[in-house]
Amino acid sequence: MSTLAGIPQPPGLRTRGAALASGPIPVTLLLVAAAVFLLVGSLRSTTFAQLTVQGLAVGAVYGSLALALVLVYRATHVINFAQGELAMATTYIAYQLIQWGLSYWEAFFATLAAAFVLGTLLEVAVIRPVQHRSVIATVIVTVGLFVLIDGIVNWVWGGDFKFMHSPFGTGAFHVGRVAILHLYVGMLAVVFVCVLLVWALFRFTKLGLGMRAAALRPAAAALVGVRVDRMLALGWGLAAVLGAVAGLMAEPSQLFLSPTLMQQILVYAFAAAVLGGLESPAGAMVGGLGIGVLLNLMVGYVPAIGSELQLPFCFALLLAILLVKPAGLFGRREVRRV
Amino acid sequence: MSLLELEDVEARYGAVHALHGISLSVAEGTIVAVLGPNGAGKTTTLRAISGTVRRTGRIVLDGRPLDRLGPAAVARLGVAHVPEGRGTFSELTVWENLRLGAYSRRGSIGPELERVLSYFPWLSDRRRQEAGTLSGGEQQMLALARAFVHRPRLLLLDEPSLGLAPVLVAELFRIVRELNEQEGLSVLVVEQNAHLALQAADAGYVLEAGRVALSGTSDQLRADDSVRHSYLGY
Repeated sequence: MSTLAGIPQPPGLRTRGAALASGPIPVTLLLVAAAVFLLVGSLRSTTFAQLTVQGLAVGAVYGSLALALVLVYRATHVINFAQGELAMATTYIAYQLIQWGLSYWEAFFATLAAAFVLGTLLEVAVIRPVQHRSVIATVIVTVGLFVLIDGIVNWVWGGDFKFMHSPFGTGAFHVGRVAILHLYVGMLAVVFVCVLLVWALFRFTKLGLGMRAAALRPAAAALVGVRVDRMLALGWGLAAVLGAVAGLMAEPSQLFLSPTLMQQILVYAFAAAVLGGLESPAGAMVGGLGIGVLLNLMVGYVPAIGSELQLPFCFALLLAILLVKPAGLFGRREVRRV
Repeated sequence: MSLLELEDVEARYGAVHALHGISLSVAEGTIVAVLGPNGAGKTTTLRAISGTVRRTGRIVLDGRPLDRLGPAAVARLGVAHVPEGRGTFSELTVWENLRLGAYSRRGSIGPELERVLSYFPWLSDRRRQEAGTLSGGEQQMLALARAFVHRPRLLLLDEPSLGLAPVLVAELFRIVRELNEQEGLSVLVVEQNAHLALQAADAGYVLEAGRVALSGTSDQLRADDSVRHSYLGY
């Protein structure tokens, strides 16, 4: 059999391998350059350092929600427009649990469990019945969910601001002359631990392998005994968990909880997911951090943009990415062998 | 006692009636070939067994009816279906493809993988490579290896020779034969290349327009004038 591996290949067939080999190098360079730029800037200016850290912390939130979008996109091949509202609703669940006397971290973990159940149920109850009809039908259902969840939250909790105590207090670390809020460090740490756990699940467990197979090739996965429906529902559950993490970490940085908590963040998460390549979990995280930092520095240094123009700027960025590099930083254009 | 028994199996794609009552059987430890022209229902027969198409009639694997089960459940009963196009997870690594082959098995699969690698030693060096970057022949071998890690009671092979160089096709059938002889693997193989298929198989069925037109041992079929004329070309 050793002959088989050695059979020479016609040159044309290696397209995909070649594209991969040339692809990541400029992206890696770009990321290294960005990191160097942020590091040098931070060393030279306290303001710059503070804006960068704050940007990374909110960027982690965007990344977490972007990752939720990517998980759903990989499983169902649609953008879940309700992902942000689902995250907001689960944050209200945490708020309610705290009102009922749970400590913040008890409420945090209970909320993640509730989010998982909610995400799984949504897939089974409303997505699965329409999924095989058409992509448009599924997208419309997610838009419907957006409105529905928004309505339910307004009905149950009302539209006024709610306040939750920040789980990280109001203190700050001092590194040289730079003050870094405990909140930002906490946000980064929580998001990274959660994302790392989800990554390890996908990468190292049999369940994760089954979920990846079900998302990539449902028909072939069924033939090796993967229960595809179950895997897709689990994917939605995990996405809802990451969304809940994003919501719970967004709340303290916005200082209050309202039904519009995630609406802007959803747009940033879209941009992050598209920047990362929509199918790439790592891309979503990097995209989230990048957009968080970029927007924060823009708001800090370009008075013309300010916080009011942040959203339009983000849309412009989204448009630019789609025009210049539609496959995103980590995405790859599918070149299939025949 | 036959391992697989099909009795009067019908299947349709929407309004198109693909199978008009197929009956066939695969004895334990044998290789059975399904021959026939394009559109005769060869692929559909395999899909009816693995549950990837809606079907009626009786399909029994070792006493257990399969005809109400979906593909994942059929796979879990020990049927490995290598579909047309090989069912390779091209975005995953060779190693992950092999692990997926054993997805429905519990416990450690280490010894199983060792055994498979003894038939396909070159896979060992490629284990970290993305399966989509393998050549067509390598992908077909990977598909066979993946199906075999499953330790199936029955292997369903759909057109393994499709798009492969003749030397690779011969190699492939040699390995199938080897797995059959040394491991007692039962195989139902759909194949356009009747010559090779009948050489490897113990028995065969010829399908025409969704029905069994002819059946017998490989020797009987090879001696049949219509088979010789239509499929063997002499």
